[in-house]
Amino acid sequence: MPDYNYLDNVVSQVRRDILRMVHKVNSGHPGGSLGCTEFFVALYYEIMELKDGFDMNGSDENLFFLSNGHISPVFYSVLAHKGYFPVEELNTFRLIDSRLQGHPTTHEGLPGVRIASGSLGQGLSVAIGAALSKKMNNDKKTVFALMGDGELQEGQNWEAIMFAAGKKVDNLVATVDLNGKQIDGATDDVLPMADIPAKFSAFGWEVINLEKGNDLKAIVETLKLAQTKTGKGKPIVIIMHTEMGNGVDYMMHTHAWHGKAPNDEQLEIALSQNPETLGDY
Amino acid sequence: MEKYTDQGKVDTRSGFGAGLTELGRTNPNVIALCADLVGSLKMQDFIDENPDRFIQVGIAEANMMGIAAGLTIGGKIPFTGTFANFSTGRVYDQIRQSIAYSGKNVKICASHAGVTLGEDGATHQILEDIGLMKMLPGMTVINPCDFNQTKAATLAIAKHQGPVYLRFGRPKVANFTTYEMPFEIGKGIVLNTGSDVTLVATGHLVWEALLAAEALEAEGVSAEVINIHTIKPLDTELLLTSVRKTGCIVSAEEHNYLGGLGESIAGALASSHPTPQEFVATNDTFGESGTPAQLMEKYGLNKNAIIAAAKKVMARK
Repeated sequence: MPDYNYLDNVVSQVRRDILRMVHKVNSGHPGGSLGCTEFFVALYYEIMELKDGFDMNGSDENLFFLSNGHISPVFYSVLAHKGYFPVEELNTFRLIDSRLQGHPTTHEGLPGVRIASGSLGQGLSVAIGAALSKKMNNDKKTVFALMGDGELQEGQNWEAIMFAAGKKVDNLVATVDLNGKQIDGATDDVLPMADIPAKFSAFGWEVINLEKGNDLKAIVETLKLAQTKTGKGKPIVIIMHTEMGNGVDYMMHTHAWHGKAPNDEQLEIALSQNPETLGDY
Repeated sequence: MEKYTDQGKVDTRSGFGAGLTELGRTNPNVIALCADLVGSLKMQDFIDENPDRFIQVGIAEANMMGIAAGLTIGGKIPFTGTFANFSTGRVYDQIRQSIAYSGKNVKICASHAGVTLGEDGATHQILEDIGLMKMLPGMTVINPCDFNQTKAATLAIAKHQGPVYLRFGRPKVANFTTYEMPFEIGKGIVLNTGSDVTLVATGHLVWEALLAAEALEAEGVSAEVINIHTIKPLDTELLLTSVRKTGCIVSAEEHNYLGGLGESIAGALASSHPTPQEFVATNDTFGESGTPAQLMEKYGLNKNAIIAAAKKVMARK
């Protein structure tokens, strides 16, 4: 049984990290990062079986690919707290000579990152390739991927969605962060995508709806359910309903904080809503 | 003049197919991917012998590049196969982010490059691919000249760690290099030593450069012929050694002069040994329908064009 009190503490600390990281350099993407904090904590702390240390091939361990790379702050914070690199390194986010680039990359050798992402729509294809590699190597560990909902407007996703179903890539669990928002506004205003679960279903995916996408317990249970559905001939997608900016009252229910950092005063308010638990870096 | 014998006309893409088949037998990590052009890429033998190591992605090149990048995670060596146009321009950002910037060990194998694709016309005849690929940091760019060299290059890139763009073509052309000729990535080959002019060629233009040198010899001109199969990294030392002797150079390629081999050579020489140079290349244009021979003639990509360029550049010394 997961220790949800502890996981709640991790979530609170990761939120603080995200806010402090983007505040320091006055840039970055807090909204989507905060909306996916519970997902990252659930995935890395309760679901994925990970080896000690980091090697690019990741044999006999679960792999995760972040397609919407702009939510790098939450990725970096969770990787650091999981021990891939020192938590203090979060101080270098987006600074010159840092391994913590604005968007995740393998180029600077940051442990925990296996692909560059940021230019949207590419991560699912990469995750499919890694899943096929695992099949060829008779490696039974599942591959996970996260995409944004706005990102689904990129056509490459639909090539990948068609392929994964057609070729029965059933060791893959993708999650769509359905927050309904993108830079220019609501996804329904920018480009209505209609019924996303129905689209995945029509392409031949196993679709799991996760209404409470900011509820740790619900996420853990859904990811576990998804894993029970692997190996049955279909790729699996979790449609995860989240609130962009979750955990900071003034960042919620708006797309305004997609790619905007809080000022000093706003930071204090945000931090007061997310107590320090594991210690600030 | 060194003598080279045409062992029979054969397409360079078949050299790729032969190399891939051999890799199927010798390197269990090699995986082939194709976007609905198995016949054109000569991949069928590999597929027959290694059905579990072949991935048909359908007409979805962007997805193919992403899958290839992912396959490297786990130690696979993916070889993607489609036309040069769909291997580069169509998927530039996928190659840039998921392969080059991510440092993935993907081999992008591109057939039907240049105008010699022929009758399908300009939509399929890319003349900008060398430029696109050489501008990507960390990308190795290779354009072999005949069947044997394409096979050798295919084998060599499997042993090379890092992303590679391997460019070859559709038409049957002279097969004149030998298996004994060493193929080393990044090392040019002096096919003929000479003292009056350096002819540097890549791909289908190498045989034309040899024919040009032969004709020039009959006129009393001593032409050095260098085969640059690896455009990046460029064998600058070999080129410098040659032009210090000859004092002028002609570059020849089935590609736009903007972004091609000639431009790389000019850039390398300008910074250390400025040398008069003429460019045998397409002149900032798209191609069109026609037979390969007609197109090479119309766009100035053959023996006669090289001879004319050699005379022009020698006069500039």
